[in-house]
Amino acid sequence: MEDKRYHSVRLDTDKCKACTNCLKRCPTEAIRVRGGRAHIIDERCIDCGECIRVCEFHAKYAQTDPLATINSFKYKIALPAPSLYGQFKRLASASQILEGLLRMGFDDVFEVAAGADIVTRAIRERMRSMSPDEYPVISSACPAITRLIQVRFPELISHIIDVRQPMEVAAMVAKREFCQKKGVPESEVGCFFITPCAAKMTAIRNPIGQEKSAVDGAISMLEIYGLLAGHIKNYPGEIKLSRATSYGVGWANNGGEALAVSPENSMAVDGIENVIRVLEEIENNKLRDLVFFEGAACTGGCVGGPLTFENGYIARNAIRTLMKTADLRHPDSAVKASYLTKYPLQTTQKITPTNSVMKLDEDIAEAMRKMEQLEQIVKSLPGYDCGSCGSPTCRTFAEDIVRGHANNMDCIHILKDQLKIMAQKMVELAKTTRE
Amino acid sequence: MVDVYNVKALDYGSAGDASATIKRKLKQLGVDSTILRRIAVASYEVELNLIIHSLGGTLTLKMSPTEILLVSDDIGPGIPDIEKALQEGFSTASEEARNLGFGAGMGLPNMKRNADEFSIESASGAGTHIRMRFQLQ
Repeated sequence: MEDKRYHSVRLDTDKCKACTNCLKRCPTEAIRVRGGRAHIIDERCIDCGECIRVCEFHAKYAQTDPLATINSFKYKIALPAPSLYGQFKRLASASQILEGLLRMGFDDVFEVAAGADIVTRAIRERMRSMSPDEYPVISSACPAITRLIQVRFPELISHIIDVRQPMEVAAMVAKREFCQKKGVPESEVGCFFITPCAAKMTAIRNPIGQEKSAVDGAISMLEIYGLLAGHIKNYPGEIKLSRATSYGVGWANNGGEALAVSPENSMAVDGIENVIRVLEEIENNKLRDLVFFEGAACTGGCVGGPLTFENGYIARNAIRTLMKTADLRHPDSAVKASYLTKYPLQTTQKITPTNSVMKLDEDIAEAMRKMEQLEQIVKSLPGYDCGSCGSPTCRTFAEDIVRGHANNMDCIHILKDQLKIMAQKMVELAKTTRE
Repeated sequence: MVDVYNVKALDYGSAGDASATIKRKLKQLGVDSTILRRIAVASYEVELNLIIHSLGGTLTLKMSPTEILLVSDDIGPGIPDIEKALQEGFSTASEEARNLGFGAGMGLPNMKRNADEFSIESASGAGTHIRMRFQLQ
């Protein structure tokens, strides 16, 4: 199942109009438009979903597992992301959603918010043994940010917390508890994450930090929204299924994790471009007092995910309201200490840099030669960054030429100038032949 | 390969532009990430020093496969007491610069700490010349 090249973000070539919307917005310059359609450079793509959001033709999409996949397991457990609670207004409590998921046909539910509670306590324990030179600790909750760091900020990899994501912890606990309760083998149980984004889907198929994900599949929130909306009606109100604290539920919003993990000297940043700016500052050692950094690729955090239904700001408020109905204790007291020893909460594999795709050449002398060539080409380009050549900026275009992936005549402005010169020459030629 | 960046005095709006360009280039060249971060910190500090303290100057980046040189030259006003300026926490930053969060007195010490070789020449009323060398291999 694991595939190192797997990406959830895909292109529907039939729908692609070869415009420049996604091209200009990709934070890792992973998109090119060539031959009348967009292309995604796999090694650069971090599955942040920015292109899905900006494509007005819906040519970019996130591949997730269809709901019917759950039937490949005898027993199915739903793992709702906390952001799912933000999709519905006026919920009595999170239990209403959980009851709805059971009515939809799941045999059990385990809140990823409850996983976040366990992770909160685990991170806090872990940070106690860290020295200040390991600060700032960077959250691993948003897989798109982890991949961004791998591609663009390899020096910050060591700052990423080595505790598994809430989704992974939820799957481990859910599966084991269900199997013990029902006396069934783990192989018959499938855990399905209800996802707000593409990045989590990729994190399941192509995990970072561990060999294999404990999650068996990811189902898009958009796919189940209508069905679930029907099943949460006529909720009697007395069913108590939710066990997550208000802190765990709060992870749905950007800042929720920071508040739970490190209320002092922490920073939460949302929107991938904003995250990049702050990571640059961290790289420059400018944020010396910072202890914990939470970055979310999506505006507002997971509630702003590309696979959510409700407007992210409305969802954020819905989460805030719902938090009041949850257990108000901090995970430090709400989560039993035994969880920290019973489950392997730490990641097992080192995160490796993937920045070699950004290098001009593996050999530095050759890279310098190419850089000089690149600078020369940049000088010959108009600098409009119009994207007509199919590269996001003039500079990237020059880089593509140096790498042998583009030709300077792909620049329509250079082409126009060349045509003008040719036309002039033809006029002159016509004049001379007449005499 | 040599790049020269002009840095204007008190131009806070462009603060960090030159060092960001330097960082991006070195990443493309494939400079080891640990060394890159040291250069990033030092180049940012030296660029900010030109903006905050100098009357304007240039930042020169010289790249070779074995080393990176970062040279800062300005037209004044110079540093009267270099020894003191190199002490951690010592700062002559203006009120304006402090209000913007600068002036912690870590600029020169950070440069010195991160560079493999660091030299500074200056005198009151003259320009300041800083040279930092980073070994690549």
